[in-house]
Amino acid sequence: MTDLTQLTLAEARDALRSKSISASELAKAHLAAMEQARSLNAYVLETPDQALAMAAQSDDKLARGEAGPLEGIPLGIKDLYATQGVRTTACSNILGDFTPPYESTVTSQLWRDGAVMLGKLNNDEFAMGSSNESSAFGPVVSPWAPPEWSQDKLDAALKGDKKGLLVPGGSSGGSSAAVAAHLCLGATATDTGGSIRQPAAFTGTVGIKPTYGRCSRWGIVAFASSLDQAGPIARTVRDTAIMLRSMAGHDAKDTTSVDRAVPDYEAAVGRSIKGMKIGIPKEYRVDGLSAEIDQLWLKGVQWLRDAGAEIVDVSLPHTKYALPAYYIVAPAEASSNLARYDGVRYGLRVPGKDIADMYEKTRAAGFGSEVRRRIMIGTYVLSAGYYDAYYVRAQKIRTLIRQDFENVYHAGVDAILTPATPSPAFGIGEMGASDPVEMYLNDIFTVTVNMAGLPGLALPAGLSAGGLPLGLQLIGRPFDEESLFSIAEVIEKSAGHFKPQQAWWS
Amino acid sequence: MNATVDPKKLIKGATGDWEVVIGMEIHAQVTSKSKLFSGASTDFGGDQNSHVSLVDAAMPGMLPVINEECVRQAVRTGLGLEAEIHLRSVFDRKNYFYPDLPQGYQISQYKYPIVGEGKVIVDLVDGSQITVGIERLHLEQDAGKSLHDQHPTMSYVDLNRSGVALMEIVSKPDLRSAEEARAYVTKLRTIMRYLGTCDGNMDEGSLRADVNVSVRRPGEPLGTRCEIKNVNSIRFIGQAVDTEARRQIAIIEDGGTIDQETRLFDPAKGETRSMRSKEEAHDYRYFPDPDLLPLEFDQAFVDTLKSHLPELPDAKKARFMADYGLPAYDAGVLVAERVQADYFEAVAKGRDGKTAANWVINELFGRLNKEGKDVTTSPVSADQLGAIVDLISNGTISGKMAKDLFEIVFTEGGDPLQIVEQRGMKQVTDTGAIEAAVDAVLAANPDKAEQARTKPGMLGWFVGQVMKETGGKANPQSVSDLLKAKIGLE
Repeated sequence: MTDLTQLTLAEARDALRSKSISASELAKAHLAAMEQARSLNAYVLETPDQALAMAAQSDDKLARGEAGPLEGIPLGIKDLYATQGVRTTACSNILGDFTPPYESTVTSQLWRDGAVMLGKLNNDEFAMGSSNESSAFGPVVSPWAPPEWSQDKLDAALKGDKKGLLVPGGSSGGSSAAVAAHLCLGATATDTGGSIRQPAAFTGTVGIKPTYGRCSRWGIVAFASSLDQAGPIARTVRDTAIMLRSMAGHDAKDTTSVDRAVPDYEAAVGRSIKGMKIGIPKEYRVDGLSAEIDQLWLKGVQWLRDAGAEIVDVSLPHTKYALPAYYIVAPAEASSNLARYDGVRYGLRVPGKDIADMYEKTRAAGFGSEVRRRIMIGTYVLSAGYYDAYYVRAQKIRTLIRQDFENVYHAGVDAILTPATPSPAFGIGEMGASDPVEMYLNDIFTVTVNMAGLPGLALPAGLSAGGLPLGLQLIGRPFDEESLFSIAEVIEKSAGHFKPQQAWWS
Repeated sequence: MNATVDPKKLIKGATGDWEVVIGMEIHAQVTSKSKLFSGASTDFGGDQNSHVSLVDAAMPGMLPVINEECVRQAVRTGLGLEAEIHLRSVFDRKNYFYPDLPQGYQISQYKYPIVGEGKVIVDLVDGSQITVGIERLHLEQDAGKSLHDQHPTMSYVDLNRSGVALMEIVSKPDLRSAEEARAYVTKLRTIMRYLGTCDGNMDEGSLRADVNVSVRRPGEPLGTRCEIKNVNSIRFIGQAVDTEARRQIAIIEDGGTIDQETRLFDPAKGETRSMRSKEEAHDYRYFPDPDLLPLEFDQAFVDTLKSHLPELPDAKKARFMADYGLPAYDAGVLVAERVQADYFEAVAKGRDGKTAANWVINELFGRLNKEGKDVTTSPVSADQLGAIVDLISNGTISGKMAKDLFEIVFTEGGDPLQIVEQRGMKQVTDTGAIEAAVDAVLAANPDKAEQARTKPGMLGWFVGQVMKETGGKANPQSVSDLLKAKIGLE
């Protein structure tokens, strides 16, 4: 075993159990890789002391035969998750050096099961973005190098303004980059409109946004409460299944979490999909969809058909309204959720001549431009006289979108196959500068799933002409993540794994 | 409701009569151990910021979880107001910035409150009754408290109250005078205290009123209203209504118009003053709180709560009138507080209700009032007072002696029967002893006895002399009867 960071999560787990490796050496290997990869800016805080202490504890437990399901597995944690005694900022200046005295439910379940924390991962500020460029800590660089760039050019860009290097997607860009660059075995992420699936698609990794209510939101910095959901990003379908089992579960502290037994998701990996009905929604064949994405989609269809699934055309007629409705609902909730960052109790405070002045100065300095934009949009759509025209109508559209899916599932469809993103990863500084909607269009295939509260999984299915990963998305019935894992494994087996050229950044 | 105008309630202006129209929003703190959406204590008087959970301080990622006890209390209150209970209601966010509002929004209920229309029957001093319509009752969070006097340049914030459950009870504009407004709040408070859903303690801020006041010529449409915020005593509610009504009348009579606005009542200066105009009103951007599912329960939940409700003041009053033969006024006084009514019933049990009521209301309440005490701190228990009533009823002591005995029991305590025996307070009913005293008095005053034969009014003087002779222990009725016989009256 030369490089422990090359193991998958499942392989590492088995090696730890057979005592062919130790949790401490596994943690050390990852900490060393992180140190080498600081130029990617995937981690905003490394926690080596904590990692080594947790790993030592895991080694004890492994020795005593008391290993938890994730014993000794080193993970990266998105900075949206509150971690007790460890700085948590949502990558916003407004939280400053905020260090929570509490641990999010999801991460506490990971630690309960033996996982080891390597550090906190970069993300778009308050998870608002699709490229990880809105982070107060600066952009994350994808471990996928732009095609045909020389090492010199790469080095110069890494040291310079990073322009033209590829984005890892967002908002969970730190998570996807760290997983793709082997800086952890898996990472937590969150998804409000595509923030798990789009970065997974951009980096050739696997990400699942489970059904709304599957994971507790307690202790995760809120963006849009009715859409936010935690989920994992890892390098294989099996690895995400293993992680999700530990992350999921009912939590009395989150009344929107659902009291339902958590299945053994890993057992679903490798299960036959013979006879399953897979829906292909015609509305996802949007104008301007590139030929290579279309080709990839068709390939996916063929793989599933070869595995014995029945392919049916389905219609989700309200799909085209999903993105505009999402950009009303999500900012509306965000404008209210972010009101608590007022400089009064914690985080940044910029003094002012009176309380209103203090609020204005603090929030102007603390929030970045994308967050400010969404607060303004959200405030506007909830205002007297506009509420019915915007918020109420968006909620009606949301109901129609949910009904679209219900109708399809009611007709016997088990899951839906779509592209994950309309394009492969783009360059840092290339998108959305003049028109934010350009950036928002990244979520066109993913937001419907959040609007309907359904589970969605993205995984790599091929490479673009330029050699960059392209992803497919599977959308499931509520709480039927198991079928997604079974179907995804079929695609994974057919498509293979996609790995960036390693360590060009070190 | 109250469609006909009662001329007694009109206010005389320079140009004629005015009718004042009042509607109220009462904020009543729910009696519960913990807050509406967190486990923090609701105890009053803790050190600043000592009852604050992560949720109350709105730390990042914190989520509200509804306290079911507060839901039960709201439903119970709704039942006490004979109101429609909504099996499905929705919590909304009311968004505004203020340092004592950590979330930047208050969780409240806007479009779909837990309780709908109901009514309260209010007794007025003249014995008449009015029915006040209830528009709705909803649950919401209280804010914290800004402290501006702790530091020369800074304000402090105490979050102990932040997140405490309030019931906002909105009346219809059915009140027509300061007296009615006071009586309405008093009655509402009584009902909630009976139910145990709000302690009604206005000193601790458990009950606050926003008073909406407008004036109009009798029979005309409603005038423009002003809302007087946060009035925190029943007396001030009355003063605020009168002050504000007179202010509005003066403006209109001077040819001006009333601006819809929010005002504050200053009891020290006896005036209301503008807080913010309609134009300055916040746009609260209400929307359903996505952290909370709609609040749903079934009719069985309501029925169970209903079956366990205590007897409420109106029912108790009717029963006291029917079962004990009490006049409406006495029954009303007794039921104003549940502990008083319970005390009365303990005294009246197996005894004459009217006598018991007289002793409780006139002697006990009067004496307690003088000492600044109430029934709960009364030095005379219901058993002791009952024993005193027994001693009167069976003729052992006279009414006059009973008052002395009551004073002894009130100040010194003890068993009334024993006190009577030990101190020889027993009324003399032995006719032989009384007869001797009567004879002695008649013998000493032959002239007056002669006069009394033709002037029966003199009898009282003789009774007094005999009572003096017997040291007050003679039964006055026996004395009177004997005197009449001896003098030869009738």
